[in-house]
Amino acid sequence: MARTFTPKVVTANALLEGDAVWLTEANTWTRDIRKAELLTDEAHADLRLLEAQARAGEIAGAYLADAKPGDNGPEPTHFREDFRTRGPSNYAHGKQVELS
Amino acid sequence: MYTYNDFDEAFVRSRVAQFRGQVERRIDGSLTEDEFKPLRLMNGLYLQLHAYMLRVAVPYGTLNPSQMRQLAFIADKWDKGYGHFTTRQNIQYNWPKLPDVPDMLDALADVGMHAIQTSGNTIRNVTADHFAGAAADEIEDPRPVAELLRQWSTDHPEFQFLPRKFKIAVTGAAHDRAVTKAHDIGLRMVRNDAGEPGFEVIVGGGLGRTPMVGKVLRAFLPKADLLPYCEAIVSVYNLLGRRDNKYKARIKITVHENGLEKIQELVEERFAAVRAGFSGVDQELLAEIEAAFAPPAFAVKPTAGYEAARLANPAFRSWTDTNLAQHKADGYAIVSISIKKHGATPGDATSDQMRVMADLAEQYCHGELRISHEQNVILPHVHKADLAKVYAALREADLATANIGLASDIIACPGMDYCALATARSIPIAQEIATRFDELKIEHEIGALKIKISGCINACGHHHVGHIGILGLDRAGVENYQITLGGDGTETTTIGERAGPGFSAEEIVPAIERLVTGYLDLRSDPQETFLQTYRRLGMEPFKAILYPAEDKANAA
Ligand code: HEM
Ligand code: SF4
Repeated sequence: MARTFTPKVVTANALLEGDAVWLTEANTWTRDIRKAELLTDEAHADLRLLEAQARAGEIAGAYLADAKPGDNGPEPTHFREDFRTRGPSNYAHGKQVELS
Repeated sequence: MYTYNDFDEAFVRSRVAQFRGQVERRIDGSLTEDEFKPLRLMNGLYLQLHAYMLRVAVPYGTLNPSQMRQLAFIADKWDKGYGHFTTRQNIQYNWPKLPDVPDMLDALADVGMHAIQTSGNTIRNVTADHFAGAAADEIEDPRPVAELLRQWSTDHPEFQFLPRKFKIAVTGAAHDRAVTKAHDIGLRMVRNDAGEPGFEVIVGGGLGRTPMVGKVLRAFLPKADLLPYCEAIVSVYNLLGRRDNKYKARIKITVHENGLEKIQELVEERFAAVRAGFSGVDQELLAEIEAAFAPPAFAVKPTAGYEAARLANPAFRSWTDTNLAQHKADGYAIVSISIKKHGATPGDATSDQMRVMADLAEQYCHGELRISHEQNVILPHVHKADLAKVYAALREADLATANIGLASDIIACPGMDYCALATARSIPIAQEIATRFDELKIEHEIGALKIKISGCINACGHHHVGHIGILGLDRAGVENYQITLGGDGTETTTIGERAGPGFSAEEIVPAIERLVTGYLDLRSDPQETFLQTYRRLGMEPFKAILYPAEDKANAA
């Protein structure tokens, strides 16, 4: 049996602002991971990453990050990716204030 | 202080103009990120976790008031109203937007500053003793030499693509405050038997994943030979250094793999060849630079008011006990302004605080400020008669924390709150440790203690040379903190030893508290510092404190 594939999201930094963004099913970049496309198939994930990387004028440094399905959409599984959805812990800066 | 001449000014402006064009081409899509990345790094622009980061050099840690005010202006206009002072005497802005960066660089150029060679495999910002020109134990002010090295290394055509980054630190004093032994080249001013000043040249020190203490390449180098000798070292490294493996590319590995003697031989050989090309222009230039660094006209006035203020105000007295250092001029003191208020982010200053420090430097400090590698700001020349006024102004600005050299004067790298390479956070750990020691009210009793925290193996927070070092790691998707003990970043540089298994984010602060209160019981007398006790007793008693028997099973 093939090894199980950990679901992924495509993420990157926005070109102008430099903050974290995620790729949606509609091919837009969102600042809310819950609106991202959760990729459960490895081949499809690789393809989506290639497509994302081609959009050099919008983002930098696209990669696949582990994620899991949650009640309101994809959620990060690793603490690093979790921090990227919020911002730094020493100040109320970044997404934790910009999104609310 | 050195001020830019027309050449410097034109060079920096042309670099900004080039970079402006590069940013435009990146934004309009004609440059890919792979193409743009080396260009932005050459200009100090990183891409981190939540935003871009601009790293600005503060050469040899020296700033004048108008430069400090401009740093404040930049923080307000293009960032979030603050800046982060780092262990390499740089300031980092954590929130710039790409289209704004060329304007930020232009604003820096307005006050003779830039971000060139703050990144990439080049010779980085040359750092110096932050008490340079003021310290009582100094042979000579090392900054003219640092400025000479800066001019020589900036855009040096041979050294733009070294195997890896290259860091130089210089001190003119017996007591090493510039961590020279943890640099690619460390320069310590010494005198020869004839009493002439020159340098002990140390090579191959460094922290990161393979920490090494630098080795003496030349016990005495005449001052006049400095540039050709440094050129010889970098040139030998440029050819011999490994480019096949990023982790083996620093000169410390080159020295380690080839042996000090071989390097010595090659450097001396190259030096003999290179030296002929130096016609003495460098020495003429040095003489000009030295003139620009002439000491200020120190005032002679009574200090009686200072003693009276000390007696009258215990808070002021406590601050003078910890935050002052001995100045070479009579009646003067060196003031360290703590950027480590308990619970705040080490090294972060708001724009308002920067302006207050600039004003104080202008009014009371002959127009000079320094950034220390310990992430504090220094007023190098304050007359004792003015200290009470300086203290009062610092207090107003929330800058009067009396903790220099104590447990809460912690170095912490940005860690996973900002840095894309991090494996764990470091800032919150520093905040919690400082807050805890403040609650316990024991840091003055503990005395001299250096705690240093890095958020990954790269060791930007100098954890290897902390009396207590903390290294944040990712253990199976959870933040985990490893403790090292006995590190030292001074003239007796020592790499700390790992104490044992790491601690979770919840356990690390209690572990540090246990360690430090345990030391209070172990020390022979209140004068024996943590480091001295560790050196006397070794790791075992500290290990017993960190890992009490009943916890052993859980600590792994
Ligand atoms: C974007 C943030 C940063 C990145 C990407 C970064 C990257 C690195 C890397 C890769 C190393 C290891 C070099 C090696 O072992 O060859 C390193 C070392 C170091 N960095 Fe950073 N760093 C960052 C921030 C900082 C900050 C904020 C400071 C100052 C507080 C700093 C100061 C140092 C120092 C002192 C070392 C160790 C000395 C040495 O070069 O061996 N870095 N950094
Ligand atoms: S030590 Fe690691 S986490 Fe800290 S700033 Fe350096 S690279 Fe980033």
